[in-house]
Amino acid sequence: MEPTEEIRSRLRDLCVSQKLAVVSTQSDGQPYASLVAFVASDDLRHIFFVTARTTRKFAYLTKDSRVAVLINSSTNEESDFHDAVSITVIGTAEEIRDPERKKVLALYLSKHPYLEDFARSPSCAVIKVTTKSYYLVRNFQNVMELHVD
Amino acid sequence: MHRIISPENIHQEDRQRVGGKGYALAQLVKGGFRVPKTVCVTSDAYREYVAQTGLRERILLELNRKSFSDMRWEEIWDCATRIRNIFLRKSIPSEIEKEFKEIITAQFKGKSVVVRSSAPDEDAASASFAGLHESYVNIKGVDKILDHIRKVWASLWSDAALLYRQEIGLDIKKSSMAVVIQEIVVGDKSGVAFSKSPNNDSQGIVESVYGLNQGLVDGAIEPDRWIMARENRSVVSHTPAKRKQWMIPDKSGVQLAVLPVEVAKRPPLNPREVIRVFNLALDAEGFFKSPQDLEWTFQQKDLYVLQSRPITTLSSQKEDDSRSWYLSLHRSFENLKALREKIENELIPGMIAAAEKLARVSLSELPDKQLAAEIDHRWEVNQKWTNIYWEEFIPFAHGIRLFGEIYNDRMRPEDPYEFVDLLTHTDMASLERNQLLEALAEMIRENQSLAKGLSAGQYAGLDPQFLEGLDRFVEKFGDLTCAVTGGTQCEQASDSLYKILLEMAAHPPINTGQRKLRKKDALKEKFLNAFEGEQKKQAVELLDLGRSSYQLRDDDNIYLGRIEAQLLAAVREARRRIDDFHAGRTRQKIADELIQVVENLDQRPRSQSPYKQQPGDGFVIQPRQLIGQPAGPGLAKGPARVIRKTADLSEFKFGEILICDAVDPNMTFVVPLAAAVVERRGGMLIHGAIIAREYGLPCVTGIPDATVLIENGDEITVDGYLGIVTIGSSDL
Repeated sequence: MEPTEEIRSRLRDLCVSQKLAVVSTQSDGQPYASLVAFVASDDLRHIFFVTARTTRKFAYLTKDSRVAVLINSSTNEESDFHDAVSITVIGTAEEIRDPERKKVLALYLSKHPYLEDFARSPSCAVIKVTTKSYYLVRNFQNVMELHVD
Repeated sequence: MHRIISPENIHQEDRQRVGGKGYALAQLVKGGFRVPKTVCVTSDAYREYVAQTGLRERILLELNRKSFSDMRWEEIWDCATRIRNIFLRKSIPSEIEKEFKEIITAQFKGKSVVVRSSAPDEDAASASFAGLHESYVNIKGVDKILDHIRKVWASLWSDAALLYRQEIGLDIKKSSMAVVIQEIVVGDKSGVAFSKSPNNDSQGIVESVYGLNQGLVDGAIEPDRWIMARENRSVVSHTPAKRKQWMIPDKSGVQLAVLPVEVAKRPPLNPREVIRVFNLALDAEGFFKSPQDLEWTFQQKDLYVLQSRPITTLSSQKEDDSRSWYLSLHRSFENLKALREKIENELIPGMIAAAEKLARVSLSELPDKQLAAEIDHRWEVNQKWTNIYWEEFIPFAHGIRLFGEIYNDRMRPEDPYEFVDLLTHTDMASLERNQLLEALAEMIRENQSLAKGLSAGQYAGLDPQFLEGLDRFVEKFGDLTCAVTGGTQCEQASDSLYKILLEMAAHPPINTGQRKLRKKDALKEKFLNAFEGEQKKQAVELLDLGRSSYQLRDDDNIYLGRIEAQLLAAVREARRRIDDFHAGRTRQKIADELIQVVENLDQRPRSQSPYKQQPGDGFVIQPRQLIGQPAGPGLAKGPARVIRKTADLSEFKFGEILICDAVDPNMTFVVPLAAAVVERRGGMLIHGAIIAREYGLPCVTGIPDATVLIENGDEITVDGYLGIVTIGSSDL
């Protein structure tokens, strides 16, 4: 079996190489998926993204903090079926405030410097997803799980 | 990686990387011409900078907020202002900075330089960017030079450059910029020379001024001009200039100074020097094998070439013509000062006098025919002043823009519109009007019976003091619910005015912040302290100009509104007579002329009818989040009040969000009731944004179809930080 460290390193690679993720929230049992620009902490315990406070996803995750996040390397090519790597993460989301917010923003902007105006806007919230489990999908249907203790 | 190259190392394949100016200078150096010491910062360095700092995507995000063709010039200016500010605030990454510093220090050893733009030929020779990008003269010290490299880079994204690229169809994604750094040669006399005249193939032209040639190139100083015969290299004619000023270096930069009288007596060039300059231009033509437009300077006996570019064919002359329009977007300080004098001393008093003169005519006493003539006359007066408004008042708004540019350059604020706070709280007429309204509302708050009488529509027994105040108000500010355009359709004012006053009285008075005032004082002090000596004096003058420009931006329409109110009064009188006749209240037949005049007015085009949702195949499209331009910071939520016609204004309720096509200055009286302002027309400096900023309200402008996509009562969230309007609650 692949050592845990190697799986973690694959997860990390994907989190570093990908800029966008899909975040799923829900309201009254109706799932709702949104595209966000994200950054993951090096230890994979957290995924961060920024959203305007006026969005549905913000309203939903405020009501119910349980979220799913999809990160994947597909490029809209046929080869994606054997080649693309995808991870689904489940966890809980919350808005973070200063001083943590400041630190996270620095990390976030080092990955997405073009989002400076957006991320620093007082009308935006910095969201921290504390990850519970990672589901790594490769070779079309090979799935490995990583649970965060 | 060659981020900076010396002329001797520039080869043909580097042409794109060093830009047209840089490449020509390299050629001149190799050809043995006397050129000041020069290095080129390549466009590779620019690309690295924008890639590493995230600026490349940030610029594209900014420019793709909406389709470029949907943007008004003001919005493009706003975009350019924001982009420029990002360049000013984003330092060069340390690795690049280190290399720049080493080379620049080694090459120029603390000497002053000129930092010039050198745009790569984006689309062969047909596009000329001369003058569209910035150049900076007399920059000293490596940090300052680095700073100005960024400013030159930023000028790639000025509104003028953006519009010009758009017009000639260049892909802005591919734009990049090289920079030429040249040791400054402080010439005693300088100028330009055309080896071949654009108007006459057998002639050439030499132009010269005292001092640096920056003044000539900017058009600030009139040069002496010699027409030359190409064949025998002799002078055909000499047109002397008035020779009043010259451009000389000062502590940092250059200044326009009075030319000493003794010097001004003689032309800058003697006959031998004229020939020498012309020979240089012909030599350059021989070297480049095409007619050249040369910039040169004399330092004592030494004649230097500063730059040389081809004089292209007639077709590029045409390009030059359209370029000049974009260049004219930048009005100089002197121009604006003259315009201000005219507006303040001549036009505004003229407008007030015109309105007063019309007000003196007793309309009810005029026979029908004369009333018809009076309407015609008032129509013309109104037209005349509307035209003056467009021609003189609108361009004066450049004063705000000029101030903003200087402010941002010096202060590099986080918020590129911080400078607006310094311009606000001047005595704007609309604020004065709103204060009068507030005073009337206060009377209603304090007097229960007044409120009751107004609500019940029993106007007869109202407090005479209140009625007097109301009359004074209407007399001064005209008919509140009439727009400046299309206003001949409007009704009697009083009902609407009562409604608004009752609404205002039902809520506590609105206080436009003391806090902001204090902040303004601190900002002003900080700004002025950033300058010294002569520059400080200029900064004070500039601030004053900016304030006047900002204030006028709001007031001009109010004054125009007074004139229009007089037109409306005459139209109302005519309508009353016609109605009375139809209702049988009078037997007197109405003169045909009067009926005709009124009918003609009715035929004027009216505003578009509101959009109706199109049904289609079981799918319904609903807008959710609309993106415009951030124009007043803040976040607010409330029901929408969509203003499609002026009468809608009287329905305005406290806490609603004002949604309109364009906030007319004559409508800003409902703004104190509003929770936020949303406007179709885009820009930071439009009336809606200005008045929203005064009241500290979130404001988003430039939402296409705002009044079509949003319905009365829709729940709206306005994000004035990001320029986003969200429609509906957060439910699915």
